[in-house]
Amino acid sequence: MVDNAPLDGKGEKVAARIQSMDETLPSVASTPAPAPSLLVAQGLCKSFGGIRAVENASIEVRPGSITGLIGPNGAGKTTLFNLLSNFIRADTGTVVFDGEPIQHLPPHQIAQQGLVRTFQVARVLSRLSVMENMLLAAQRQTGENFWNVWLKPRQSAREERQQREYASEILESVGLTPMAQAYAGALSGGQRKLLEIARAMMVRPKLILLDEPAAGVNPTLINQICEHIQYWNREGMTFLIIEHNMDVIMSLCDRVWVLAEGRNLATGTPAEVQRDPQVLEAYLGQ
Amino acid sequence: MQGFIVSLVIFTSIFAIFGLGLNLQWGFTGLINFGHVAFMAVGAYATVLLSLNGVPLILAALVGGGLAALLGLLIGLSTLRLRADYLAIVTIGVSEMVRLVALNEEWLTRGSFGIQRFPLPLANFSPTLLTRLVMILLVAGVVALGYWRLWKWLRQQVKQAPQSVLTRASLAALGYLTSLSLLLYGGGVAARQLKAANVLPPWLLGVGLLGGLAAIIGLYVWLAQRMSSKMSGWSTGLLLVFTGVLALLGFWILGYALSAIYNYDSNPSKTGLMVISVLLVALTYWGLERLVNSPWGRILKAIREDEEVAKALGKNVFWYKLQSLMLGGLIAGIAGALYAWQLTTVYPDNFQPLVTFNGWTIVVLGGAGSNAGTLLGSAIFWAYQTVTRFILGDIVPLDDARLGAFRIMVIGLLLMVLMIWRPQGILGRKEELTLGR
Ligand SMILES: Nc1ncnc2c1ncn2[C@@H]1O[C@H](COP(=O)(O)OP(=O)(O)OP(=O)(O)O)[C@@H](O)[C@H]1O
Ligand SMILES: [Mg+2]
Repeated sequence: MVDNAPLDGKGEKVAARIQSMDETLPSVASTPAPAPSLLVAQGLCKSFGGIRAVENASIEVRPGSITGLIGPNGAGKTTLFNLLSNFIRADTGTVVFDGEPIQHLPPHQIAQQGLVRTFQVARVLSRLSVMENMLLAAQRQTGENFWNVWLKPRQSAREERQQREYASEILESVGLTPMAQAYAGALSGGQRKLLEIARAMMVRPKLILLDEPAAGVNPTLINQICEHIQYWNREGMTFLIIEHNMDVIMSLCDRVWVLAEGRNLATGTPAEVQRDPQVLEAYLGQ
Repeated sequence: MQGFIVSLVIFTSIFAIFGLGLNLQWGFTGLINFGHVAFMAVGAYATVLLSLNGVPLILAALVGGGLAALLGLLIGLSTLRLRADYLAIVTIGVSEMVRLVALNEEWLTRGSFGIQRFPLPLANFSPTLLTRLVMILLVAGVVALGYWRLWKWLRQQVKQAPQSVLTRASLAALGYLTSLSLLLYGGGVAARQLKAANVLPPWLLGVGLLGGLAAIIGLYVWLAQRMSSKMSGWSTGLLLVFTGVLALLGFWILGYALSAIYNYDSNPSKTGLMVISVLLVALTYWGLERLVNSPWGRILKAIREDEEVAKALGKNVFWYKLQSLMLGGLIAGIAGALYAWQLTTVYPDNFQPLVTFNGWTIVVLGGAGSNAGTLLGSAIFWAYQTVTRFILGDIVPLDDARLGAFRIMVIGLLLMVLMIWRPQGILGRKEELTLGR
């Protein structure tokens, strides 16, 4: 359903900016072929009281890839995201991101390292404008430091202008420009979803964890989001996507991990996974 | 009268500063601090005790503010990692603890005897005409800036509705407010005469008064609600008239304040304190406005809205909450130093939980998350305090202690009315109420 139609200029501008403004971003082209994994999680376990939400789950994401994570409702996908980003501390297991173990880091430091997660139920900052939601996400802002508000006002203002421009471009690409000055709390459910993705992009991360980006978004827009994900991906961003919409998974992902009842069930290319009898059984029931 | 106005300006300024600190914590960061008075107490006692031991006043006040910030750090380190409600509980506890320590550690604070005769700022200062003129210019300049901002804000409000609609609404609001004041005034005069004549038993008079007051307020709330559904631009009109009246009152007070500065020598310590307080309000307001509109302040607001999002976007939520708590504490500590200088004696009883309650009233009145609202809230609060202090005693058949309680009751009543009429506070933004989370 998603073809690789040439994009309009906006997306390309964003991508160009990503590269020009953040040199540390790994780009597929410049990375040597047998790249080490960007994210490796092994033996992750988490139980909530009696419920074993995630049991000895592993996952691996190669740099520059779009990796899918699927599984029936309650399989533990969102919980796995929470463990990776350390919003919930794992009982056991290790997470290595970009060569460094991160399972002991607090969530905000993980985000600063370049691993950003979104939430399944979109969370926006209601009483801030859509634009402010975006600006918040920019990293290493001079004006975020109390003293710099006083000591470096001009540098801070200059950065703010640049970020604002960059944010406008991203908003444009997800179609939220008309809402930029509105309160984020006034957005519809689907628009919130879009804002959340746009906001995650604003962080300029190395890896984005998207939790059901297409849920509640209309089909045309799903296509558009997919195009942008592919576009950003070509420019070097890596994605790990939870999605129930198999069309999206099929068209986007290089590789898919299947989770069921908290355990790894299968992994492979989308086509392989789709043929796997175990996966069919898990989805369709016994 | 002049001395009285000076003291009113000082109290308004002190509580404006106090409220600004609370507004930073609650209005911008969403931290529930039910023990704000603790910071004030620490600031007041530290300033007074240090200056009694020969530390220069400015330094003493700064150290007082610093210690208050330190208290914020301690509270924050111990509770901010927990859920939000714990902070509320702990702050109540801490504020009572600070008061009880002040009451019982007599070697340090002289307990309930209180501390008297400590140095006051500018008490022996006898300014030349030129210095006085400079002071007048400074204060007038600050006030002019305030009026300019008010003007800009009003114009922005006015732009939202067509002029004819607005004129009609303003006239209606003027009639509404005038008739309300006349009714209250007439009722007051009647009650005063009744009380003086001593024909009714006090309980009957009391019940009658309360009933009458409730009836008037009820009627006018009902009227206001009808009008707001019937007449477009009604609330803007009401706001315009209301701020207009306040602005005129402000001019009147400004006149007294400036003439007090001109006659500086007639009451040096109070006049000096007034100048200091007004300038400090302006400084605090300016500083906070700058902070909350910076990326730093954006993080605080993000934490208020949803701290998980802030974390997911790489912000150190704990550290920013701590900064907010400490800065709010510092501001309240400085307010405490001014408070001590204004009271000229410091007792543990000056730092009852009621003071925190007053701070909350000020913030909620003006609209949480609006610094200008907090300034307005403080002005309204102290206008109410003074009016009732002088008038209520003549009208209400109660002794002084009960009268105090009665005044607080009426504040509660007014807050309830405000919550019905304008739940977002006077300067709060209405749109924000309808937003989903
Ligand atoms: N905070 C929690 N406390 C208790 N149980 C939880 C918690 N979070 C998740 N669970 C349980 O863990 C299991 C996995 O939940 P999770 O949200 O990870 O599923 P999911 O794979 O994301 O499902 P869906 O596709 O419906 O979003 C569920 O049985 C759920 O009830
Ligand atoms: Mg889920």
